[in-house]
Amino acid sequence: MLDDFLVRAALAGLAVAVAAGPLGAFVVWRRMAYFGEATAHAAILGVALALGFQISLFGGTLAAALAMALTVTTLTGRGLAMDTALGVLAHGALAFGLVAVSFLPAVRVDLSAYLFGDILAVGRGELAVIWAGALAVLGLLLWRWSALLTVTVSEDLAKASGLEPGRERLALTVALALVVAVALQVVGALLIVAMLIIPAAAARPLARSPEAMALGATAIGALAALGGLWGSLVFDTPAGPSIVVAATVVFAASLLVPRRG
Amino acid sequence: MTLIAAQGLGVSYGAMAALRDVDLVIEPGEIVTVVGPNGSGKSTLVRALLGVVRPSAGQVTRRAGLRIGYVPQRLAVDDRMPLSVRRFLSLPDRRDRDEMRAMLDKVGVPGLEDRQMTALSGGQFQRVLLARALLADPELLILDEATQGLDQPGTAAFYQLIEDVRRETGVAILMVSHDLHVVMSASDRVICLNGHVCCQGQPHVVTAAPEYRALFGLGTHGTMALYQHKHDHAHDACDHDHDHDHTPAHGTATQKDPAHAG
Repeated sequence: MLDDFLVRAALAGLAVAVAAGPLGAFVVWRRMAYFGEATAHAAILGVALALGFQISLFGGTLAAALAMALTVTTLTGRGLAMDTALGVLAHGALAFGLVAVSFLPAVRVDLSAYLFGDILAVGRGELAVIWAGALAVLGLLLWRWSALLTVTVSEDLAKASGLEPGRERLALTVALALVVAVALQVVGALLIVAMLIIPAAAARPLARSPEAMALGATAIGALAALGGLWGSLVFDTPAGPSIVVAATVVFAASLLVPRRG
Repeated sequence: MTLIAAQGLGVSYGAMAALRDVDLVIEPGEIVTVVGPNGSGKSTLVRALLGVVRPSAGQVTRRAGLRIGYVPQRLAVDDRMPLSVRRFLSLPDRRDRDEMRAMLDKVGVPGLEDRQMTALSGGQFQRVLLARALLADPELLILDEATQGLDQPGTAAFYQLIEDVRRETGVAILMVSHDLHVVMSASDRVICLNGHVCCQGQPHVVTAAPEYRALFGLGTHGTMALYQHKHDHAHDACDHDHDHDHTPAHGTATQKDPAHAG
């Protein structure tokens, strides 16, 4: 069954939904969209590093995304004007990555595969890595769930309850870097944040609890992955953008639903 | 067995010193009230005691494993996260359903479990915050202007509730307030704060101190000082009990006092 490229593509899309659903809820609650952009764009720099130094693509992407996410977290802790700083980092990372890739000798790098994903080319080994990464993210979030929620509601209340807000922020930072590495081949660096934000935002009107919103985001992400894949076959459109289009359609439909909570 | 202590505590935001040289000790079962005008560092002191802001000088010592119940002056719960009262009460530790129902009853907002936090009125919200703090079975309850946004009867009922809780559980209370009436009626000890500790001691000592008068005996607070003066006088003259019932505005009450008129 895994010999079929379509089955592998569908399973890769589902893996992204599993990880991006609950993490996306936190991205929405904590207004981390720009943070996500900076981390995702750093992945292109990671691609250049991986190709240049002949290391694994997943490893290079993860390292670059993690470095960026930690940098941003440190800057946040110092109370810099985050909007501007993140804008500089997000676009700077993307531009540096694109320039770095152009220096790579002799390789005709298909950049669009990294910018917009190449889900139909996912092999068995890559699929295993993607699922391992997605399950790691899910495990991390489940483990820290209650603490993460408390810190998100109020860092002062969390601190009074004996939690360490810095540690929980670090957990989210690591989870974000992992999702970027996992989703790079599926939707590409430019659209990763879309898979975090759009399903979570679409799930919001249907949910009456944080848990329901996270689960809803996962379900909508899965629906978008399968629907987008189907659409890309039927209409012969690029798979990554088609998945995001499907998610956006669900989001638009969710605007028609009266809020439950 | 001291619960929490600050020694030579100083906190600076950039070049600006919000607090300096604050010494504070809270023992089990005490009610300590911190009063001070806006910008006097009251909330900074609370945040330093909680460990949210790092001291730039001195230190804060908490007894190991100290359970703190914290009621902030406000909490920005916005619409992006769906959050019911029941879910909020279980953050971060799971609470039993019956336990939650009983606590909401106790703080005077029964049956709100399924309500969304964003749908609560100001008074309901503060009571839910108190319920969450009490569910942790705290040894120290920290109330940072916890009655902000409540009207007069709501404030009175809220403080009555706090006194009931303290009587039942013996919890120590650190109350931050600019409500001087509360200072007089409920506290074992008052700390008058204005960047540093101006004066501290038992309520009647502090309210007679010139530093306190300098901070509060001006402007609209003058009526309060007048009332306080009368209270101290009566207290010194005859050893009557503390069962005052001055609910109307104290300034006018004093002026109409037959003792003064005659």
